[in-house]
Amino acid sequence: MQKYTITALLANKSGVLTRISGLFARRCFNIESICACTTEDENFSRVTIVLSGDEHALSQVTKQLDKLIDVKKITLAEEHDSIFRELLLVKIRTAAETRGELLTLRDIYKAKIVDLSPTTAILELTGEPSKLDGFLRVVQPYGILEMARTGVTALSRGEKCLNDLVDYNELI
Amino acid sequence: MKLTGADILIRCLKEQGVDTVFGYPGGCVLDIYDALYRDGTLRHILTAHEQGAAHAADGYARSTGKTGVCFATSGPGATNLVTGIATAYMDSVPLVAITGNVTVPSLGRDSFQEVDIAGITMPVTKHNYIVKDVKKLAATVREAFYIAGSGRKGPVLIDIPKNIQTEVCDYEELPPAVYVPKPVAADLRPAADALARAARPLIIAGGGCIGANATEGLKALAEKWQAPVCSTLMGLGGFPASDPRFLGMIGMHGTEAADAAFREADTVLVCGMRFSDRVAGDRVKFREGKTIVQFDIDAAEIDKNVDADVHVMGDLQEIFRALLPLLPQMEHEAWLREISALQKAGDADIDKNLPAYKILTAMQKFTDADTPVATDVGQHQMWTAQYCKFEKPRTFLSSGGLGTMGFGMGAAIGACTGTGRKTVLVTGDGSFHMNLNELCTAVSHRLPLVILLMDNNTLGMVRQWQGLFYGKRYSQTTLDRKTDYIKLAEAFGAKGYTIAGEKDILPVLQKAFAEAGPVLVDCKIGIDDKVLPMIPPGKSYDSVITRL
Repeated sequence: MQKYTITALLANKSGVLTRISGLFARRCFNIESICACTTEDENFSRVTIVLSGDEHALSQVTKQLDKLIDVKKITLAEEHDSIFRELLLVKIRTAAETRGELLTLRDIYKAKIVDLSPTTAILELTGEPSKLDGFLRVVQPYGILEMARTGVTALSRGEKCLNDLVDYNELI
Repeated sequence: MKLTGADILIRCLKEQGVDTVFGYPGGCVLDIYDALYRDGTLRHILTAHEQGAAHAADGYARSTGKTGVCFATSGPGATNLVTGIATAYMDSVPLVAITGNVTVPSLGRDSFQEVDIAGITMPVTKHNYIVKDVKKLAATVREAFYIAGSGRKGPVLIDIPKNIQTEVCDYEELPPAVYVPKPVAADLRPAADALARAARPLIIAGGGCIGANATEGLKALAEKWQAPVCSTLMGLGGFPASDPRFLGMIGMHGTEAADAAFREADTVLVCGMRFSDRVAGDRVKFREGKTIVQFDIDAAEIDKNVDADVHVMGDLQEIFRALLPLLPQMEHEAWLREISALQKAGDADIDKNLPAYKILTAMQKFTDADTPVATDVGQHQMWTAQYCKFEKPRTFLSSGGLGTMGFGMGAAIGACTGTGRKTVLVTGDGSFHMNLNELCTAVSHRLPLVILLMDNNTLGMVRQWQGLFYGKRYSQTTLDRKTDYIKLAEAFGAKGYTIAGEKDILPVLQKAFAEAGPVLVDCKIGIDDKVLPMIPPGKSYDSVITRL
C-alpha cells in the first residue's frame, strides 16, 4: 500500500468533514490521517488527507471528493514539490538520571521540552512524518506515557497555490 | 418585500417553474402547507406514504425532464423519503426533497419527531442542506435546484427547521439560473481516431444519453459511425427500438443479439453509462480484446469499474456536437449484415409462449410512443425491458441502480400527473404489495393508470436465482397470500380485471385501456416462468444462458 497526501480547499461550513470522511468510508478508502484548519479566507477551510491505497484508489477518491459541492479545489501533494509537516507531542517518563540523555536527544532532533514535572517531560517536535517516526523509536525505551500527532499538513512549493486550480464543477 | 420562510419557499419553487409537489403534511411542515394553501397555485398530490411521494416526484422528473419536488415532515416523514431519494440518486434523477424539522433551538435534543435527515441522506444525495438562517433560505433553494438539474443530475435535500419557516426576511424574486453545459475541454481527436479505426463498432447507450437530452446526437453518431446500438436498462428509449440498428438491452438480461454483438465487437463506445455490475458482469473480461471509448459527464465514472482506452469527460450533447465533424462517414456493411442476422436469430429464440411476452406484446397495441411505462423490480421489469419497444426517451421508468421494489406505484403516479398521459405500470405481486397503498392516490386524482400485475404467487426473480444457483430451495419466496386483487382494486375505488389465460388478454386489455381512471389487471402467469437470456452474476458474456 502506498501513501498519498491529498490537499483540498473546502467550503467553511458545518458538516463538511463528515461528508469527506463518509465518502472515504462508503467507498472503502482508508484515511491514514486527516488534518483540517481555517485559512486566510473565512469562506474556506483547508484539509490535508493521507490516503493509504493504490493509484486507482487515489484517482477515484480525488475525483469523488472533487464532485462534492463543498470541495472547492483538490490536488495530490507531490512528494518532490511540496512541504510536509507534522507536529508531535510526546509525554515521556523521565527519572532524574535519564534527563541528561533526553536533553541530548532533544538537541539532535531539534525538539523542545514544553513541560517538565519531577517524573515526566513533554517534548514537542515538528517535521516530516518520517522524522517524527524516527524520534518516537528513539524515545520509546524511556517509556511513552501518551502522545498526540496532528497528522500531516502540506503546502506546495513556489508560486503554485491550491486556489489556482479548476474545480470539477466549473468544467461541466 | 418581507415574507416568512414558508412563503419564501413557495415563491422560490414557483421561480423554478415548479407546478406540482408530491407530499404529506405533518407537525414540522404545517407552516409550509399553510403557505401552499394561501398561495393556491401549486398542484399538491397527497400520497398515502412519504415513500410514495418521493417515488412520484422521481417518476415526474424521469418522465418530464423537470426537477421533481416532494415535501415531508420531520422524523418519520423524512426517513420515509430515504428509499425514494436513494433510488433517484442511483439513477441520477433530479429531485428536490424538502423536509421540515424541529426548531433550531430544539435541534440535537432528541425532540419529538426530530431526526438528522441531512446526516442520514448524506450518502444518497448529490448535496443537502439544513437551513438555520431564514436569510439564506432563498439562495439555498435556488442553489438546490441548480445542483439537482446540472451536470450529472441527482437528488438534493433541504431540511428547514420550523422556526425558519415562520421567521421573516426580505425576499426579491429572481429568474432561475439556467444550467448551460460547458463546451468539452478535452481534445476529441483521439476519440474520433479510435472510432474511425473500428471494424466492428458497437454503441452502448446509458441513462446519461436521456439525462443529457442527447438522444438526437446519439442517433446522428450511430448514423455516421454506422454502428449498431444497444442500451442499458436505464438507456431504454434513448434510441428508437424500431431503428434497424437497435439491438435492445445489454447486460444480465440483455437480448441475445446485444450479447452476441458485444462479443464480436472490436470497438465499444459507451455513452453515459457506468459499467454497473449488471452490465459489465466480469469487469476484467469485459474489456478484453476490445477498444473501449467512454463518454461521461462524471469524471469519477471514468476508470471506476472498467478502464477505458479513450475517455472524454463532458456533457454528451456537447461531446456529440464536437465529435461529429471530426468523424468521417463510415461504412460497416459486412458488420451490419452480421448484426442483422444476429437480430433474427435472437428474435427467433424468444419464448413467444411466455404469458408475459403475450401480455406485454398485446399491451403495445393500446399504447403509443409517448405512453409512459413504469415498472417495479423483478422479472416483470426485465420482461418489460425486453419485450416493450421504447421509441422515445423518458417513456420507460424503472429503478435501475437501486432496484427498488415498490418504486412503480409512486413513479407511475408521478409520470401520469407530470405528462397528463395515460400511464402503464407493469408490476409483480411482490413489488405491488410493497406500496399498493398508493392506489388511493391514483383514485383520488382519477389518474388514467393501467396497472398490469404479473401474478405468479412468488417473488419470481429471487425464485429464478434459487432455482438456478440454490438447488431449488425456494426459501421464503412462495407467496402464500390470499389477496383478491379485484376486490382490493374495488375497495380502493379503482377497477379490477383478471387475465386468467391467453383468450382474456385482448378483451381485458381493451376494457382496461378504455377506463378513464385507475384500473388494475391481475395477470395470472406461471410460477416457473423465467427471464432469459441470463448472464450469471459476475460472469462474462460468453457464459450466457439462453434456454433451460
